[in-house]
Order: sequence, then structure tokens, then C-alpha cells
Amino acid sequence: MNDVKNPGNSGNDSKKQEKFACRTSHSEPGPGDGGRTGSWRVLRPVIDLDKCIPAKRNKAACFNCWLYCPDGVITKTIPPTIDYEYCKGCEICAEECPADAITMVEETLILMEEK
Amino acid sequence: MATKKTTILNLPEEEYVHPGNRACAGCGLSIVYKTGLKALGRDSILVVPPSCLTVLQGLYPIAATQLPCLNVTFASTAAAATGVLAAMRAQKRPDVQVAAWAGDGGTSDIGLQALSGACERGEDFIFICYDNEAYMNTGVQRSGTTPQHVLTTTTPFTGKHQRKKDVPAIIAAHGIDYVATASAAYPLDFYDKVVKAKSIPGPKYIHVHTPCPAGWGFSPRYTVKIGRMAVETGLFDLYEREKGQFRLTGASEKMLDKKRKPVADYFATQNRFKGMDAEKIRVLQAEVDEKWAAYEKVAQGIC
Amino acid sequence: MHIIEAGNVAAAMGVKLAGVQVVAAYPITPQTPLTEKLSELVDSREMDAQYIPVESEHSALSVCIAASSAGSRAFTATSANGLLYMNEQLHWAAGARLPIVMCVVNRGIGAPWTVWNDHQDAMSQRDTGWIQIYCCDHQQIIDTVIQAFAIAETVRAPVMVCYDGYILSHTYMPFDIPEQADVEKFLPAFTPDWALNPQCPANLNTVTLPEPRADVRGNTAPGYMEIRHNLHTDLRRTIDVTADTDAKFKDVFGRGGQPFIESYFCDDAEQVVVCMGSLSYQMRDVVDELRKEGVSVGVCGLRLYRPFPDRAVAEALSGRKNVFVFEKALSYGYEGPLFSDIKAALYGTENLPKIRNFILGLGGREIRTRALYEAVKTACSENQSKPHDPDFIGLKL
Repeated sequence: MNDVKNPGNSGNDSKKQEKFACRTSHSEPGPGDGGRTGSWRVLRPVIDLDKCIPAKRNKAACFNCWLYCPDGVITKTIPPTIDYEYCKGCEICAEECPADAITMVEETLILMEEK
Repeated sequence: MATKKTTILNLPEEEYVHPGNRACAGCGLSIVYKTGLKALGRDSILVVPPSCLTVLQGLYPIAATQLPCLNVTFASTAAAATGVLAAMRAQKRPDVQVAAWAGDGGTSDIGLQALSGACERGEDFIFICYDNEAYMNTGVQRSGTTPQHVLTTTTPFTGKHQRKKDVPAIIAAHGIDYVATASAAYPLDFYDKVVKAKSIPGPKYIHVHTPCPAGWGFSPRYTVKIGRMAVETGLFDLYEREKGQFRLTGASEKMLDKKRKPVADYFATQNRFKGMDAEKIRVLQAEVDEKWAAYEKVAQGIC
Repeated sequence: MHIIEAGNVAAAMGVKLAGVQVVAAYPITPQTPLTEKLSELVDSREMDAQYIPVESEHSALSVCIAASSAGSRAFTATSANGLLYMNEQLHWAAGARLPIVMCVVNRGIGAPWTVWNDHQDAMSQRDTGWIQIYCCDHQQIIDTVIQAFAIAETVRAPVMVCYDGYILSHTYMPFDIPEQADVEKFLPAFTPDWALNPQCPANLNTVTLPEPRADVRGNTAPGYMEIRHNLHTDLRRTIDVTADTDAKFKDVFGRGGQPFIESYFCDDAEQVVVCMGSLSYQMRDVVDELRKEGVSVGVCGLRLYRPFPDRAVAEALSGRKNVFVFEKALSYGYEGPLFSDIKAALYGTENLPKIRNFILGLGGREIRTRALYEAVKTACSENQSKPHDPDFIGLKL
């Protein structure tokens, strides 16, 4: 008698979305709730591909930086890449890299270079 | 049954948490959370009380988590998980994994009553406590799991007088089939424990040591290193208690019969231990030594 | 089917007929037999529901909040200190817009401890955003529980079905149990707004900023104040929804017709007594007696307390010579809460009646019809307005 036929299925229906949007706070998944958290950085992690183990060997290996990155902004790829839009510059990747392949560089220096 | 070990190479890549969230730089919880969600999988519903995770998950209308979550009041986490489970049973949706994620305050202090009730009722859920050893979300006030002598905003000069509450032991006393400890510094060990927990019916409890750079007073760079040190000194131990059977796991297991790092080294890394003196350190070192002597006896089959 | 049973059993039968899927249960006098009856119904499989024996009332409502958020029809019951223990969850359930129904078996609040009836428990929670309906007999209890789900699921706000502890909960009266098929005709299946669903993930009840803010698609989402304002406007429209639901119920079951106020001999009454719950039926004996003596008096039993049906109340009371508000609750240091609400409803109307407030029955202090008769008769002859400082009936020292 009380089957829930389409529980919470309003994501596809924008009219229903509007109608319900004001009933209670329900958040949709998406990046950047804290804004462009890359702007928090003072130091930027830079990977030296000559030292990076998966890059050097050209095969899946290590990936400590990917494993330990709190913000999930490092990809598990060969080589790993860093999303600087959201990287907060915490330095954990640099600390945990067994090959010392990641250096923390002053963000201001990089911004000046880009200019 | 020994835990099947996942490696970095075969840890799934798919992320369940969006970047650009409000967690601090170097947040230990972020490491725990992103790893734990990979183990829980998409067919999950999460329950979250007020805590750092509430903030990490985001402010309305944007959510960092890509799974359905129910925010609940501070005391009610395990009761809310109970309610979700009841609805899943009523709707004949038994495959949905229900997981509660609470901080140490929301687990061991205000949340303990509901958690105890849920364990006694045998609710089929996973309760994960991320223990950053204080009420961090409200600005570093002492909690039941704050270790002895730690400086917090409510133990500012003489430090916490009381000892750390042993929550896993309290939960184990409920006779549930799976109680485990884990650490943000050992995400693969934690991942495997969550995967194992999923396969066990009834209540499962995992207590995760979670370093907090802002609250503990260290540079975010060392979150993982400090988490490792807590285990390497024997202050925090990785273990499982499966149907009452106790076993150390991962790095802790490897430390049996080996030299542990001195606890003083760990205390020296964090501002919150500024109140430590030689005598306090001596007493704590002796306690850790005694605890590990007991582990060694258990490992040798001596009770 | 006709039956003679206790009020708590009437409530339990209503819960069963409404097809509740999740029941959270915690015992407290005088609600306990309701909880026990539900456990019998579930344990014997007469009712197909999840029965959760929680470890506190706070958890009872937490279970309902979560179950309702996950898409199931949920129910719990409590009294007095149990209701207060779940106070933060009352606010939460209303703010989360969950159509939970809860029976509150009215009982006085400690300190000092009391187990006996008064209305302080539910009435002290009048600002939480819960709809409150007060029942006068067992038939109303079972009927109102069923209607409560219909109202709750239409407006998406929780409902308290209140009835007097012991006086109604434990006494036996005859009442009709509606047919299941008719209830299903009246009350359709529950379709939730935002149910927790892995196929369509959302994060419910998140921290909401004071100001509106852009969502993931760039559209503006409301701030806290808009969301709460919508609760308010939906509760205002609940007054009409309550009337519509009552009318629809009458169509199907043949009972009802007075959704806000049950009037007795009020058509030409110069004097009107206003009260709630079983007291309003007891007052009818007083009215009968006084009418024999030629006193022009009637009684209005208020059924819908929140949202307060201010226009219906103003219409019923303006132009009367005297209005006497009898209530079993008190806003300490001030006056009875119903009295305040009635004065507010009458503000701005023409021909204001003289008005008086009588507090009685606190902590179950016995309410003798004789004492009521004396009080009303005296008040009628005194013909004085006393808009402040309530009088107390039944104090012994």
C-alpha cells in the first residue's frame, strides 16, 4: 500500500526542483563549495617528472601523492597531474613522495612568471 | 579471518568527494573520508551529525559528497542510521549500505547513548568515528577522547586531567561482531576494514585516528607523518576485534617484538603537547610499554 | 467494526489503518499502552511495520526523521518529559518538512514529577512548527490519527495528535474502527519529496547561510529565512487543508464537519466557554445545567490549536458578551497560552467580548463538574472583563 515509487527522483524535473527547493535545504553534489580553494595556496606543489617514479618508469607505480592528497586533486595517471584550481597547497604530497619528486614553490613566483 | 590487503595500485580511482570543499589544508579527515567512501560504494546512504564533516560536505546548496547524506542533530547519529535502515527494510531495499560518520564528540560524548542503543538492537550499519581528539569543528575544545595532558581551548594551561576514553572497548563490550581501529596515515588498512565491515551483518564500529593540523598544532605537511608516528610509538594501535577475536593489523602487527619509537618524539611534534614534562612522558611511556607487553603475551598465546 | 476499548488502543488502531511503515517506540506513562498495543500488532504480524524499540524519546523522533527522510511513513508517541526530551527534534522535523505523525498523550511536566494530565507538554511546544489537533473522545482519536497523515503529507509538516492522559488514554469508550479499504481510499500512498536515494544523491538539511546563494547550476537557492518562511506560509494554508481533509473524511466515513471548533449551544449564546480536549465535553454538562436556569451560555471546543485558526475563532467569539477561556496550561508568570491566542485573534474585531482566563487541572488536579458550574455561573453573573491575571480553579491551599 505504501510503496515508494519514485523516491527523490526530482533531479530530472526542474519544475519540481523549483517547487521543492524552498521546502528544505537539500544540496546537490558539485565542486567548489568553498570557492576556488586553489586561492588558499601560498606554496604550489610541482612534480619533477625526472624523479617521479611512475613517470620515470612509464608504468603504474607508487602513486603516494594520489593516495594521500586530502582533496583528491592529484590523478592516478602516468604521470600524476595536479588540479591547481582546487589544490590547497598542504604539502602532504611533497612530504610523502618517496622520490622527493615534488617541490613546493612560492605561488607568488609562479604568478609573476605567468605574467 | 585475516583481512585481504588492498594496494595503492588496485585501490579504486573513482572519487566520491568533490574538491574545492571547506576542509582545512592537510585535513586528516579528508584522507579518511575519501578513502572510506571508495570502500562504501555508490549504493550507500550516509548519516552525519554536526562535526568537521558537516563543513567538509558543504553549505547549502552545494554538496562535496556525491552520495545521499542525511544531516542530523548531534546526539542522534546512530538513531538516525537506525531510522534509515528501518525505511530500507520497509521498502525492501536491503542492498543499500548505511554508514554513519561522526567525530569523537558526536560518538563518545553526546552520541554515545544512541550508538549504544543501536549496537544493542543489532542494527545493520557501519559506524565510523573519525577521532581528531577534540571538538575541532567548534574550535578545539576537549572531548572524551582527548588524550591526557593535551592543551585545548577548554584545558588551556594545565591540560586535560583525565585519560582518553577507550571508545572501541566500550563498543566491543556490546558484543557486536566487528570493532576495528584505523588511522588516516594508513588509508589502505582502513579501506580494507570498511570493505570487510560491509560483508558482516549487524553493527560494525571503526575508530579512525585522524590527525588535525589546526587543532593539534603542526604544519599540514606532516598530517600523515604524525599519524604514522602515533602508531609507530604504540600510542594508537591498528587492530580488529572480529566476533571477539582480537588481532593487531598492518603497521601495528609489524611492531610486535620490535622497538617502538619513543612517545616523547610524537609529543614533540605538536603544540598541543606543550604541557608535557619529563615525568608525564615517563608515566605515559610506561603505560604504552605495559600495553604492548600484554599484546606480546596475547600474540604468543599467553592470556 | 464497533469496539469498546481504551483511548490508547484507538490510537494504535489508527496507526495500523494508516499503513505506518516505521514505528519508533519508547515507553512513558500514560502513553505506554499505545506503544504496547502497536508492538502486539507488529509482533503478531497483524501490522506490517518496522517496530524500533529505541533507547530514548530523542532517538524515537530521530528514527522517525530519518525514516521519513528515506521515504517511509513514520510514527511515534510520547508524553510530557518525553516530548520535551525530543524538543530539538520537534524543531528539526518541522524544519525538515517531514510528514511525521506523533500522538502526544497529554501529561503534566516535572518538576515536580507528575504523571497526571494537563496540557503543558504539547502547548509548550506550540512554536515548533508542528500542527496540533486536540481530541475529545476515542472516536476522534482514531479518526484524527488517520486524518493527520493526510494533512501532514499534503502540506509536508508534522502533526501532533493530542489526547488527555488517563482521562482518554486509559478509559474505555465505544468507537467505530473504519474499514481498511475505506482508509486506503481516503489516504493515498506516501510520496516523499526528497527521499535519500543513491540513484539521485542529495545532502539533506545542510548548513544554510543567512543569504541566498548560487547552486551548482548557477541558479539562486534560498537562504535560511526563505526556507523557514515557507514553513510558515505552508502552515497558514494548513488551516484550509485541515478543513478540506475533514470534509473529505466526512464524505468517506460520515463523521466530522467541525474541523476547527466543536460548538455546543453557541448559536445564540451570550456567554461562551472555550477549552480543549476532554474538558470541552465535560463543559457540556455545565452548559446543560446553566441553560436550564436560563443562562445563555455555550461551549466552543477548540480542535485545531496550531496553526491557530484565528479567523474561525474571531468569528465564533466576536460579538459575545463574555468569553471564558478554561485551560490546563500556563505560560508561567503571565497567563494561559490559549488565552493569549484568543485575545490576539480578537484584536481588531468589532464588539470585543469581555474576557477571562481560568487555569485548572494542572498535574491532574481533579476537575469537578460542580466546580466548573460554580465558576461559569459566577463569572456570568459578575460580568467583568479580566484580560490579565488568570484565576485558578481547584487550588486547595
